[in-house]
Amino acid sequence: MIRVTLPVHLRTLAGTGEEVELAVEGPVTQRSVLDALEARYPVLRGTVRDHQTQSRRPFLRFFACEEDVSHEPPDAPLPGAVAAGAEPFMIIGALAGG
Amino acid sequence: MSGARVLVGTRKGAFVLTSDGKRETWEVSGPHFGGWEIYHVKGSPVDPNRIYASQSSGWFGQIIQRSDDGGKTWTAAGKDFVYDGTPGTHQWYDGTQHPWEFKRVWHLEPSLTDPDTVYAGIEDAAMFRTTDGAATWHELPGLRNHGKGHLWQPGAGGMCLHTIVLDPTNPERMYIAISAAGAFRTDDGGQTWKPINQGLQSPYTLPDPDAEVGHCVHRIAMHPARPDTLFMQKHWDVMRSDDAGDSWREISGNLPSDFGFPIAVHAHEPETVYVVPIKSDSEHYPPEGKLRVYRSRTGGEEWEPLTQGLPQSDCYVNVLRDAMAVDSLDECGIYFGTTGGQVYGSRDGGDTWDAIVHDLPAVLSVEVQTLP
Repeated sequence: MIRVTLPVHLRTLAGTGEEVELAVEGPVTQRSVLDALEARYPVLRGTVRDHQTQSRRPFLRFFACEEDVSHEPPDAPLPGAVAAGAEPFMIIGALAGG
Repeated sequence: MSGARVLVGTRKGAFVLTSDGKRETWEVSGPHFGGWEIYHVKGSPVDPNRIYASQSSGWFGQIIQRSDDGGKTWTAAGKDFVYDGTPGTHQWYDGTQHPWEFKRVWHLEPSLTDPDTVYAGIEDAAMFRTTDGAATWHELPGLRNHGKGHLWQPGAGGMCLHTIVLDPTNPERMYIAISAAGAFRTDDGGQTWKPINQGLQSPYTLPDPDAEVGHCVHRIAMHPARPDTLFMQKHWDVMRSDDAGDSWREISGNLPSDFGFPIAVHAHEPETVYVVPIKSDSEHYPPEGKLRVYRSRTGGEEWEPLTQGLPQSDCYVNVLRDAMAVDSLDECGIYFGTTGGQVYGSRDGGDTWDAIVHDLPAVLSVEVQTLP
């Protein structure tokens, strides 16, 4: 299972705890993880990725294994530790705004 | 006993204020959706238990919430606002063309007859409608196509469709207003629209006195018994139309400033109008540090300050365009919220005011439901 941690507002919205576990078919990438997240929690569609362009929303960042992978291609494989469920894929709200 | 339910949208959540018909004591619930910007909350006129809320965030985008129990519990509804066809472009601040981009829902206007039908005014300016209780939304593209959308330009707060007024006597007729494009009317249920800005003067941005679009309309109000009479608070100037917007005349009269945002009409007196003068477009606070609602009982021109219970010194809050509403109890109640987090209410037509709450986040919108 893939572990994904969510920022607090998305936990509230989806009614989850800090971390959710997802089954991901095929290669474990940003796209496949977020597809699985949105399929499990449809209310999160559009909150992490833009509805239409599917691009990451500007004030969110993606981290894996203590690395910022926000600018990695969406179909690039995530680290093996994430694919193995040893480390979470982290969705982080940027520290911006008031 | 009948009562009032005030729906408050703030920068950091929604609040529901409930009272009986006396409106002396209030129960406060919230924050709902704490931490999110709530641009607007409004209930269905035909089913007071049905309430819709626009929830948004710079981080996470747009959510629409729906309540079927008067705001006690909420369910996230559909939030896909996809422009019809190829969105095209509109004017940008520098005069170049800029692609239409969805940013947020500013205003939700439930149908007067069907609780599942709601109109949404969005930024970048367009009008959407749901007929399935907010599960799905579809644009009424005639507005951008017939309203000369390519000439529209954002105001300082963005290019937002912030006002939707439904004609209670004619379901085919609706009015909307956009900053900074102006006012528009449809007479065929939203298929086609026309600008209704004749008589508006905006010399600060529009040297052409006959410009059809480009006016910064802040808010339009109508009394349901006089659907052809409209009152408008514009960027500067308070205006009136008696021909369904075909022509406008200024009624600012003796106001200390004719800049402001909200405008409202008394529930039982179609010629009694309320505004909150603001010093200027560069100083968004009341003149002289005195928070005053001004009331005209003559349909404009002659205005009296209403001050009892409102701060009359050192007050520098703003009252935003969607942050004033009236109930329809026998003695009309008037409510408004400030950027300082106060919601004031009057249960005597504006003669006296009390702060229902003092310390909310900045108030973006105030609506009120008159409960049976």
